[in-house]
Amino acid sequence: MRRTFLALPLLLATQAGAETPVLTVYAGDYFTSEWGPGPKIEEGFEATCKCDLQFSTGDLLPRLLLEGERTKADVVIGLTSDVTARARETGLFAPHGQDNSTLTLPIEWTDDTFLPFNYGHTAFIYNETTMDAPPASFDALLEMDDDVKLVIQDPRTSISGLALVLWVEAVYGEKAGAVWEALAPKILTVTKDWSASYGMFTDGEVDMVLSYTTSPAYHMFAEEDFTKKAAIFPEGHYFMVETVAKVAGTDQPELADAFMAYVLSADFQRMIPMANWSLPSALPEDQWPEGWAELPLPEKVLFYSEDEAEARKAQAIETWRRALSQ
Amino acid sequence: MAPRAQPIIGAGGVAAGGCVVAVVLASFVGLGLKAEVGRGIGPAEWAAIRFTVVQAVLSALLSVAFAIPLARALARRRFPGRGVLITLLGAPFILPVIVAVLGLLAVFGRTGWLNTGLGALGLPELSIYGLHGVVLAHVFFNLPLATRLLLQGWQSIPAERFRLAAQLNLPPRMVFRTLEWPLLKQVAPGAAALIFVICLTSFAVALTLGGGPRATTIELAIYQAFRFDFDLARASLLSLIQLGLAGGAALLALWVIPNFPLSAGLDRALTRWDARGGGQAWADAAIITFGSAFLLLPLFAILLAGLQGLPLMPPVVWQTAGNSLWVAILSIAVLLLIALPMAGWISTRQRGSAEAIGLIGLSASPLMIGTGWFILINPIADPVPLALPVTALINALMALPFALRILVPPMRDVLGAYDRLARSLGLRGWAAWRWLVLPRLRAQVGFAAGLTGALSVGDLGVIALFADPDRATLPLQMYRLMGAYRTEAAAGAALVLLAMALGLFWLCDKGGRWRVEA
Repeated sequence: MRRTFLALPLLLATQAGAETPVLTVYAGDYFTSEWGPGPKIEEGFEATCKCDLQFSTGDLLPRLLLEGERTKADVVIGLTSDVTARARETGLFAPHGQDNSTLTLPIEWTDDTFLPFNYGHTAFIYNETTMDAPPASFDALLEMDDDVKLVIQDPRTSISGLALVLWVEAVYGEKAGAVWEALAPKILTVTKDWSASYGMFTDGEVDMVLSYTTSPAYHMFAEEDFTKKAAIFPEGHYFMVETVAKVAGTDQPELADAFMAYVLSADFQRMIPMANWSLPSALPEDQWPEGWAELPLPEKVLFYSEDEAEARKAQAIETWRRALSQ
Repeated sequence: MAPRAQPIIGAGGVAAGGCVVAVVLASFVGLGLKAEVGRGIGPAEWAAIRFTVVQAVLSALLSVAFAIPLARALARRRFPGRGVLITLLGAPFILPVIVAVLGLLAVFGRTGWLNTGLGALGLPELSIYGLHGVVLAHVFFNLPLATRLLLQGWQSIPAERFRLAAQLNLPPRMVFRTLEWPLLKQVAPGAAALIFVICLTSFAVALTLGGGPRATTIELAIYQAFRFDFDLARASLLSLIQLGLAGGAALLALWVIPNFPLSAGLDRALTRWDARGGGQAWADAAIITFGSAFLLLPLFAILLAGLQGLPLMPPVVWQTAGNSLWVAILSIAVLLLIALPMAGWISTRQRGSAEAIGLIGLSASPLMIGTGWFILINPIADPVPLALPVTALINALMALPFALRILVPPMRDVLGAYDRLARSLGLRGWAAWRWLVLPRLRAQVGFAAGLTGALSVGDLGVIALFADPDRATLPLQMYRLMGAYRTEAAAGAALVLLAMALGLFWLCDKGGRWRVEA
């Protein structure tokens, strides 16, 4: 009795789609929820491919590293630029075969394996009804009164937290330690992940939260709340990108190639802003959904190449940890 | 003296204990297969180990210290709604951490109720962030567990003893010394050790309320090693250090616990003559009020936020609630299959050190066990469809130490008191379970099952590593909502989760105590 009980989900999983070819796409956990981009991508791609697109979610990189050559993935979507180095090392991925020149990113992209499908930048978000003098630059942020409280994410456990320490590194270089010491009294606390930080911000526990330049868009377009703003700094903002890649050992190479092409199609790119609350990687600004082009975005964008980020990461985190542990 | 006779129960216990050790060991074999030589343990990790131990010791001692007056007051008083209050007081223990943190901040945070009140009175703001915040949060989580374990101990004192004390006209102080203090010596060390181990594995709560990287725990270092550096060797090593600390604490506590069974009474209803008197009644009322306020106000904040979020909640939340229920029921079944024989086996031994085996699942880090099993299963079968059963198994392992602490002391009492009678009747094995042990331990079995179910519902567990879109659990769904800016809908999901965990707990707990004086 108990045996059949255990086997039930297994049976259900194998029943679907025996004849039509299946494209298995590994995605980040948030991706496939009904309000995420997953369902729309599935619908859009299946309309063109005569295939069955199946998402499999989880913690992408650890899962790929654990599965190795045995991975069932044909395509992996959602690898962020800070993990691509490690992902590349596995040798699991094949060239994406797309033309990088069609990308509309604020930086030059030359990678032939990892193809960006959306981007954003780190930014501190504030509520303009409770903060009348938001900092106009990173320097001004450091000079703010210590009563203004920030919440950030831990660079050891969160991608956005890591982007922040690289941001400070990119703006201040050698002086990063002093910058963290100046920020320390304003940092109310550090959370494990972005969700907890953002929850503290919306609950009014902090004045500013480390998030993305696109965060106000969610409040504007989903909630008609125009009070949440990103503080834009002339020193520049750290660039964050999510990529898609084709698995070399795929048993559906044509479908995988078709999917890579679909990622750059206008159909896919147009749904990214409202479904993923981030900016499309290959869509000119004039084709963004209504209102998005007015979103304040930084003039200057900072970004470390994969190797450079890898080389600086450990030291930058240690500088952060030392300064905040005092 | 004749050789000790074969115990009347306990045959399956060695096998069950062996299974637990095997499950955990196997996961480390799995990790070993994939591990490469990493950078090892550095000063940052040593700092994390030091902080972890300090906060866990403080949290354990304070939780038990506050639980003693609360449990005593609850044991001495009968009032309308007492049963509901005791169930509700258990709620913090089963909350998912992110929900609990936001609930605590709503009360104790910078803009929380406490500081708003202090501000209105012109008093300075109290900051919750720091070591004291970590300890406060851990006491919030674990005071309910300590209180329940102590309360259960109090209820095991036979009513006749209090009657005798009343006849001798012993003052409350003497009643405490002669009846209650020996009991505390038997229950408190075990409860403290258990809470120490729980706090050892704390991570997100410690970081958030600790105010930053000063409050880095071993579990965070494990997560970092695994998730960010993919250094399985360092992650496994840290996990073994955590296991060693937990094991050490458990052995120390079990060694301290005196081993004398309380002789059984006639199972009569309890009247506490010694607790009469206005001053004592007021003191108990004050303690119960203060304890309830501390534990229930953050829950009330969660309830308020949740009620606003309920209408915004997508229907998929209900589907994931179904998955969570399935996992919880499976966890309860697995737990009872392991915990009952193990408790029987431990209770028949002179010393209780074998109970330390129960802790290895909790202290070896669920993330590591789940990962180890993923590595082992992967070459043979697709681990994804097994995500829910594996989660259920690991949840049962997490709950095992609690179940053992709940089951072992009363089982020892039952065996101590009825062993000779059972032998003279030739009652052993299954018959002894059926007619002697289970009927007397119904309340404890219900409590353990309820706790397991509730913990299982509330735990994010290992499912985050490899969950299918259709096989998400409720906590995972809640995190997905939060990750998609839907904080309010997530609060609604958190409320559903809380109600489900409490409901499951109440059903099992009440079922166990049906027609039994609580």
